[in-house]
Amino acid sequence: MPNYEALEELVVQVRRDILRMVHKVNSGHPGGSLGCTEFFVSLYNEIMELKDGFDMDGVGEDVFFLSNGHISPVFYSVLARRGYFPVDELNTFRLIDSRLQGHPTTHEGLPGVRVASGSLGQGMSVAIGAALAKKLNKDNHLVFSLHGDGELQEGQNWEAIMYAAGNKVDNLIATVDRNGQQIDGGTEDVLPLGDVAEKFRVFGWDVLEIENGNDLKQVVEGLQEAKNRTGRGKPVCIVMTTEMGNGVDFMMHTHAWHGKAPSDEQLETALAQNPETLGDY
Amino acid sequence: MKYTDQGKKDTRSGFGAGMTELGRTNPKVVALCADLIGSLKIETFISENPERFYQVGIAEANMMGIAAGLTIGGKIPFASTFANFATGRVYDQIRQSIAYSDKNVKICASHAGLTLGEDGATHQILEDIGLMKMLPGMTVINPCDFNQTKAATMAIAEHHGPVYLRFGRPKVPNFTPENQTFEIGKALTLQEGSDVTIIATGHLVWQSLLAAENLENQGISVEVINIHTIKPLDDAAILNSVKKTGCVVTAEEHNYLGGLGESVARVLASHHPTPQEFIATQDTFGESGTPEQLMEKYGLNNKAIEEAVLKVLKRK
Repeated sequence: MPNYEALEELVVQVRRDILRMVHKVNSGHPGGSLGCTEFFVSLYNEIMELKDGFDMDGVGEDVFFLSNGHISPVFYSVLARRGYFPVDELNTFRLIDSRLQGHPTTHEGLPGVRVASGSLGQGMSVAIGAALAKKLNKDNHLVFSLHGDGELQEGQNWEAIMYAAGNKVDNLIATVDRNGQQIDGGTEDVLPLGDVAEKFRVFGWDVLEIENGNDLKQVVEGLQEAKNRTGRGKPVCIVMTTEMGNGVDFMMHTHAWHGKAPSDEQLETALAQNPETLGDY
Repeated sequence: MKYTDQGKKDTRSGFGAGMTELGRTNPKVVALCADLIGSLKIETFISENPERFYQVGIAEANMMGIAAGLTIGGKIPFASTFANFATGRVYDQIRQSIAYSDKNVKICASHAGLTLGEDGATHQILEDIGLMKMLPGMTVINPCDFNQTKAATMAIAEHHGPVYLRFGRPKVPNFTPENQTFEIGKALTLQEGSDVTIIATGHLVWQSLLAAENLENQGISVEVINIHTIKPLDDAAILNSVKKTGCVVTAEEHNYLGGLGESVARVLASHHPTPQEFIATQDTFGESGTPEQLMEKYGLNNKAIEEAVLKVLKRK
């Protein structure tokens, strides 16, 4: 039984990290980061089998790829608090000479990151490649990936979705963050995605849905169920509905905070809604 | 001439032969192809190593991403298709998922340049060297014949980092030694001379040797350098030669913008300004025709090289 209380404390602390990182440099993407906080916290602290330390090949452990790289704040915070690098380093987010680039990269050698992302639509192909390598290596561990819903407008995803099903890449769990928002507005207004789960299904994936991706229990149980469905001849997709800006009332129910930092006053309000739990960096 | 044509062969078959060897000797090597197995000549690799081959279909963007992912887990992926689809079509995938991510992927591109022939300009990429050499960390190799392409294919498996390996479709003279060792970044002086240096890459190397033979008969002493590696460029070999000869002709099956000629010009401008003539396409697309007709029309054969040499000699 997961310790939901401890996970919730971590969620709140990660929210604080995200808000403070973005505020300090007056840039970055808080909305999608806050929406996926429960997912990252669950994945790295409850779901994935991880070795101590970091090596690029990730043989003998589960690996994760973030395709929608702009939500780097939540990725960095969760990696740091999982011990991949010092939590203090979050202080360098987006600054010159930092390993914490605006979008994640391997180029500066940040532990925990295995591919650069930011230019959208590329992560699923990379995740498939890593999953194929695991099969060749007879490594029974899994590959996880996260994708924005708006990102599915990039055609490369559908090449990858077709490939993974056609080639039975059944050690892959790809999660779609279905927050319904993208920079120019709602996904259904910008370019309708329609029924994402059904689209994956007709392409041949095993699909499950997490109705509330900001409910820790639903996220953990959804991810566990996805793990149970691996190894059965189909790649597994989780369509996870989330709320952008979750945990900060004025950042929710809008796409306005996709790529915008809070002011000093807004930061204070947001932090007051998320009292310190594990200690700020 | 000290080099003789051992029989015409296509460079893509040299790639295929190299892959066959790698399949037998290096278990880390895996191959990917986007619906062009026959054109890339990798049937033997596939039949001998079916578990290490990935058919991705007509989906080159996905192929580049899968190749990047396969390196995570220690594989050495050789992703192969036509040069146009291996570069221009997937530039951003190569840039972010491979080059910027420091992935050990070998991008293997056949049917480069005009000599693809009758299919025409949609398939005849003349910009690929420029696209690839601009990517930080990318090694760019354009071997000249079957034997050298085979050697290069095997050599890049031993080099850690992204590589662009460019070769072609037509059968051309095979004149370099069988079972040669291939040293990435090391220019090969094919013949020594004192009046002019011809620096050539790919299919133009043989044409340069033909031109040199004719020029020697006219009493002109020609040095011919085979630059199979365009990046990193062998600056020292270039400078040592032009310091002796005082003028240079570069020759390549590529646009004069962004190709070998510009890379050589940069080295010379920085260290030893020297008159240079460019044998290359002049910022144009290709068209349908036989390889020979196209190389004639676009000024990429031995005759064009001879004329360029006579022109550059007057500028000394």
